Amino acid sequence: MEIEILLALNQEWLLCLSIFLLLILFLTIENINQTLIAHTIHALLLVQVLFIWAEPKQVTVFNGMYTTNGLIQFQKSLLSLGFLLISALSLNWLKNCKSIIEFYILLLSSLLGMYFMLSASHMLMFYLGLEMATIPLAAAANLDIEKRKSGEAAMKLIYSSAFSSAILLMGISLIYGACGSLHFAEISNNLVQNNLSIFGFIMLFSGFAFKISAVPFHLWTADVYEGAPLPITAFLSVVSKMAVSFVFIKILFQVFVSLEVIYTISLSVLSILTMVVGNLFAIRQENMKRFLAFSSITQVAYILIALMGLQGMAQGAIIYFLLIYLFSTVAAFGVIGIVSEAYNKENISDYKGFYAQNKFLSWTLAIALFSLAGVPPTAGFFGKFFLVMAGASKGYFILIIIAALNMIISFYYYLRIVRYMFMEEATESLQKISVQPVSKLALIICLLGMVCLGLYGPVYEYILTFSNTL
Amino acid sequence: MTPVGLPHILFLSSCLFFIGMYGFFTRRNLITILMSLELMLNSVNINFVAFNKYLYPQNLSGIFFTIFIITIAAAEAAVAIAIIINLFRSSNSIDVIDAKEMKH
Repeated sequence: MEIEILLALNQEWLLCLSIFLLLILFLTIENINQTLIAHTIHALLLVQVLFIWAEPKQVTVFNGMYTTNGLIQFQKSLLSLGFLLISALSLNWLKNCKSIIEFYILLLSSLLGMYFMLSASHMLMFYLGLEMATIPLAAAANLDIEKRKSGEAAMKLIYSSAFSSAILLMGISLIYGACGSLHFAEISNNLVQNNLSIFGFIMLFSGFAFKISAVPFHLWTADVYEGAPLPITAFLSVVSKMAVSFVFIKILFQVFVSLEVIYTISLSVLSILTMVVGNLFAIRQENMKRFLAFSSITQVAYILIALMGLQGMAQGAIIYFLLIYLFSTVAAFGVIGIVSEAYNKENISDYKGFYAQNKFLSWTLAIALFSLAGVPPTAGFFGKFFLVMAGASKGYFILIIIAALNMIISFYYYLRIVRYMFMEEATESLQKISVQPVSKLALIICLLGMVCLGLYGPVYEYILTFSNTL
Repeated sequence: MTPVGLPHILFLSSCLFFIGMYGFFTRRNLITILMSLELMLNSVNINFVAFNKYLYPQNLSGIFFTIFIITIAAAEAAVAIAIIINLFRSSNSIDVIDAKEMKH
């Protein structure tokens, strides 16, 4: 039994170990070598990513509270990959950061929370994982401790996440009242459609909508993204959004099967609002981070559309899309981070004439934006195509027309930045930015992901077989 | 006199929940907002205990859940108060109206 627990939790043990090591380092060593710590953590995260190829196994421990299987293992590896790329890209920032150990402790414990959240098969475990994933992030958003913006961002994050988890908990308590159990399997067996369960489900659903920042609940996103330090922003918009989306898929398709009519209606309302409002706000942004915040809000809408489709197709399409979203967003945030570290500039108009001096960085940013917009040769197109296909599998064609129209609008604001970089003259002369070798490697990995994932078919089939076997 | 039943308790807890929500949206002092949040979380606790006692007395999962909610609420409050202290250092105010560095 003990051996079984040890083996089932291998990824979690590795993270716990590194958190404890960092704590001991923090307490004992005075002169820390930032680069050494960063590279040690990178190696560790790389090991986590390599668990992609580990033997997939179905294990349930802790009285059925914790389950893991091949799909969950794969999702965990994706989260680690996201954190690895973000951390490698923000090496410049980390070198000047006084609190690098705190940075890693907070983000690794947040990652640990996400792991437990993904493996949860009991509402208590799920709630604990969710809180463990969000509370450290609020503290991490305040890492630029002298900057007032950073403090405001942290304040907004902790208040909105506490508020949303209160709503989520109210939903869980009502569902407990309706079903008499908190195990996912038993809830899905006992759930019948009545007023109490619908009310509970709507509350749970709005809690989730807060966490993935779908539109009526998105107000915190732009401010938090703008104020928080860039690596934290990237972590919030990539890793934490991926984790919550994975769990959202699982909860909708496994637990609330009997409320399908209700959740389809809520999803369609939410996705239309999210697309339209996210697009309209993204057009008028001047700050690059705020712009990416609204762009990530818009991307969530397409995920919501796919969630309305058949389970097998939707699950595969969403995981595939999130993988591509990871590469594109991390590349965009990486370039912005490198630029803001070198020039101390974050506005869109500062990118005028950027191509003249920094050819590699501007090509990377341009391809990332093409991929986010969904222009065909890049992988983003295929990701969005499969999402829309999944949404069409149950025949919601009006929604898909609205989604297509919104994708056209989104071309305008993505390509505006590309035009600034390539076609306009710089207002002042910019120097060439030197990129760290590790950061360059991470950017090249992102580029490969954005270009090859769409053209290399087996990746999608691999993900699809995973999600269909379970 | 009717005995106190489940509907009474649920009425109480939903009143508390929405009073907390009202406070969250209308108060301006950050500490008071935190108190409203605690009110919301505590109403959830009442819900869990009431459901457990009246409907499913055979197992204790509802009551276990409350213990965890209380603990996590404390952790959340600790982080929130640390952030508030840091905000107070930089601006000498814990009024939410003063947190207006970013707007659009």
